[in-house]
Amino acid sequence: MTRKAFLLAALGAAAAISVAAPAHAQTEIVWWHSMSGQLGEWVNGLAKDFNGKQTQYKVTPVFKGTYPESFAAAIAAFRAGNAPHVLQVFEVGTASMMASKGAIKPVSEVMQMGGAKFDTSVYVPAVSGYYTAPNGQMLSLPFNSSTTVLHYNKDAFKAAGLDPEAPPKTWPELTLAAAKLKASGHKCPFTTSWQSWTQLESFSAWHNVEFATQRNGFNGLNTRLAVVTPLHIRHIENLANMAQQGLFVYKGRNNSADATFVSGECAMVTGSSALYGAVKRNSKFTGGISTLPYYPDVAGAPQNTVIGGASLWVMSGKKPDEYKGVAAFFKYLSDANVQAKSHQETGYLPITTAAFKLTEDSGFYKANPGTDVAVTQMIRKTTDKSRGIRLGNFVQIRTIIDEELEQVWAGKHSARDGLVALKKRSDEQLERFEKANK
Amino acid sequence: MTVEKRVRFKSWWLPWVLVAPQMAIVLVFFFWPAGQALFYSVLQQDAFGTSSEFVGLENFRTLFADETYIASFKTTAVFSLLVAGIGLLLSMMLAVMADRVVRGAAVYKTLLIWPYAVAPVVAGVLWLFMFAPSIGVVSYALRAAGIEWDHLLNGTHAMILIVLAAVWKQVSYNFLFFLAGLQSIPKSLVEAAAIDGAGPWRRFWTVQFPLLTPTTFFLLVINIVYAFFDTFAIVDAATSGGPGKDTAILVYKVYFDGFKAMDLGGSAAQSVVLMVIVIALTVIQFRYVEKKVNY
Amino acid sequence: MVENRPLATTLSHLVLVLGVIIVAFPVYVTFVASTHTAEEIVRNVPMPLVPGSNIVESYKLALLGGQTAYGSTIPPVAPMMVVSLVSALVIAIGKIAISLLSAFAVVYFRFPGRSLVFWMIFVTLMLPVEVRILPTYKIVSDLGMLNTYAGLTVPLIASATATFLFRQFFLTVPDELVEAARIDGAGPMRFFKDVLLPLSRTSIAALFVIQFIYGWNQYLWPLLVTTSEDMYPVVMGIKRMISGGDAATEWNAVMATAMLAMIPPALVVLLMQKQFVKGLVDTEK
Repeated sequence: MTRKAFLLAALGAAAAISVAAPAHAQTEIVWWHSMSGQLGEWVNGLAKDFNGKQTQYKVTPVFKGTYPESFAAAIAAFRAGNAPHVLQVFEVGTASMMASKGAIKPVSEVMQMGGAKFDTSVYVPAVSGYYTAPNGQMLSLPFNSSTTVLHYNKDAFKAAGLDPEAPPKTWPELTLAAAKLKASGHKCPFTTSWQSWTQLESFSAWHNVEFATQRNGFNGLNTRLAVVTPLHIRHIENLANMAQQGLFVYKGRNNSADATFVSGECAMVTGSSALYGAVKRNSKFTGGISTLPYYPDVAGAPQNTVIGGASLWVMSGKKPDEYKGVAAFFKYLSDANVQAKSHQETGYLPITTAAFKLTEDSGFYKANPGTDVAVTQMIRKTTDKSRGIRLGNFVQIRTIIDEELEQVWAGKHSARDGLVALKKRSDEQLERFEKANK
Repeated sequence: MTVEKRVRFKSWWLPWVLVAPQMAIVLVFFFWPAGQALFYSVLQQDAFGTSSEFVGLENFRTLFADETYIASFKTTAVFSLLVAGIGLLLSMMLAVMADRVVRGAAVYKTLLIWPYAVAPVVAGVLWLFMFAPSIGVVSYALRAAGIEWDHLLNGTHAMILIVLAAVWKQVSYNFLFFLAGLQSIPKSLVEAAAIDGAGPWRRFWTVQFPLLTPTTFFLLVINIVYAFFDTFAIVDAATSGGPGKDTAILVYKVYFDGFKAMDLGGSAAQSVVLMVIVIALTVIQFRYVEKKVNY
Repeated sequence: MVENRPLATTLSHLVLVLGVIIVAFPVYVTFVASTHTAEEIVRNVPMPLVPGSNIVESYKLALLGGQTAYGSTIPPVAPMMVVSLVSALVIAIGKIAISLLSAFAVVYFRFPGRSLVFWMIFVTLMLPVEVRILPTYKIVSDLGMLNTYAGLTVPLIASATATFLFRQFFLTVPDELVEAARIDGAGPMRFFKDVLLPLSRTSIAALFVIQFIYGWNQYLWPLLVTTSEDMYPVVMGIKRMISGGDAATEWNAVMATAMLAMIPPALVVLLMQKQFVKGLVDTEK
């Protein structure tokens, strides 16, 4: 053959090979999250594991700031046409995401695109219910969920003459315990984190009463707060009295109270079950976990608690091949083994009952007493009133609740006045959301 | 506001070339997005912008119907006056002192400017650390002095905290410019005054302060703008506007609504109001205060 | 100093020392926090004011990255410092350059629309960045500048502080100097280069410090504009370590990184000190 012919043939062969060979470019799935520190490690670990198990898709996690920051970044990106595939959104953003119908693709649709039969019954009802539409369609995948529990300082209990293995189960018991702690010299017997979540939202579900009308917003946008009831007023009044007597010390909004528990300053705190890890690692004392307290004279209590944390939403406008990748990744995340490992590593709730059973069978709960409290609070069947909360403008509402409760703790408003003011301002927000999304 | 220079260069094309780079950037990266942002104030949209509706002045009406919003005007006024006033006074004093000493000058200057280098993110956390009601070092000391410090439930304490945090950062900034201004005053002028028998205090009032007025005017405007616009990060880190709404300054609500609540229409409407206020304040400053400035 | 007044000098020193203590105290707290272990910081109420013994560990961790006591991996600070350094330099130099030119034009020339130009530039101070950040992001995205140094820096050069300051300064420059230059036959740009620039030295130095630090400490804008973690500036790295939610923050690593992040700005301040030396300016006049 002449040189030229040989070259042409070689070129032709190369072209033929490149056309015939399957285009094996990896489909990239971009995942924006807000997990920092060790939790960031956990996220990266999940992505790495998934990527290692197959070659078709590559999940790239990107830390995009706190929940509000990554939400704002996603909005900016979406408006500019380059949103990520998967976005981690905190639970209070659920209604906003749902209302932006054009921006999201419901998870059940995505899973069906992935070809797998999507069986929603494997998910723990109290966890997935929060992120499911009234017609049963799952909108987002629960990812890191925690719930409200009572953490208490076993050493402080012993010093006050209380039984460290018998934490208070009811609010009257807790008040007595706090009094004893104070008598033994403790400056801060009881405090709370995420006060709206622990003292009003989860409190309501735990007592099987509504926090907001229309089944806490699940049934309609014309929901309004339902917290001016004898039960709620009684509870806030109790806390206000405890504040006056120095039994309940307010330590700030969000979870700034957590640090005061870990440092030993406060002996009891109602907060997220996910605090467990920090307590175990950082505290000088032995910590205990118990269920959220309730009022024994209320029928139906204790029911189940409301979850907190975040879920994974899928953004719209992506190619079908990419959605298949997302479906495959979500299937991986729901696998019982992966779930069990995540649950044990982070303290977040397992989202499937199989994962819970797996963890139970492995003896993890026996070895780490208290870690099953959160789960057992959630495994119960939910009622219509305790399935979760779906309110629009929830971020503003939580801030309003913080502001008004602060006035009550400072002694400026009575419990009743505080709740009335809180309801009035929150209802305004709900009205605006309803009008904007008719 | 146009203070005229008597002597000028003549060229019909050169000034345009000189301002072109800045104008280009300002037009593309400020006026165009700012216009869009302000347009949001007459719209109501969901967070992602998938549906938007023109609602005229309704966002504004909702704003002014909210009594807590009206209350925050007063909070902002108090806060801004305190921050600008204390910031300017303290830093001027420190700059004058630093200008006088010869030994250790570099050390003082570095140490006084350095806090400006602390990222606001970190600064907010630091102040929380120091003032946390029970575990903070400062609150510990205050309690030892008999003051029950609790900025979580005491509105006055909360306001003191954010004023301190805001001023702290600005003192370094102001100090730097005051010092630069003082250092560019010709030594000969100060010497001449001394030879005439003027003591340091007299010298300050008759020579240094008048020559410092351009810098002071600059810093006055900048500090007021800072107090109105750039302090939301401190409020966010330290008090989140609490307790209740005692430290919710206007710009904090803009930031909160725009970035946490994702209410872009409301946030834009508030920005318009805030912008009008600051422009008014600035015009007043240029018209009346600049008259007193010696160039 | 003009004459020797020991009392006044002592007073000055006293005031300065007090000022330094108050102003520098939080920085000291940062340093102390970076020398303990995370448990020590959280457990001791209040945090001790004397440095601890963990200093080498904390800084090694922050500088080189690696596994922490809690089992999480911290990325090394060095690449992030490079991103911050480049951004800060570009922003500072860019801002000063274009502002010098604009202020010069506005003060020393009479041209139609002069007032308008100044106010247009000045009004950029009147609308906080957070409000216009979403539309700005869209423009940067449309121009294809996402995740680039250009995207990180150019939109931030749009502000007016520098122009305003230079305008103030130029207005104080005596007219005689302009006359002298004219007589010598120098055109406007010669005057600018040979007379005005050297005179502006202290203002330029002050502004360089401020703008460098401004660029160095940017958080919100880089958060939106970067899409890959290798373009993260150092302040984002610090924020990333401060867990807002459920994980425990490793304060010693955070504080050590914060201290390291303070070093380049501090160096800039030190270097610019020379420009503040009195008397140098004197000889020019």
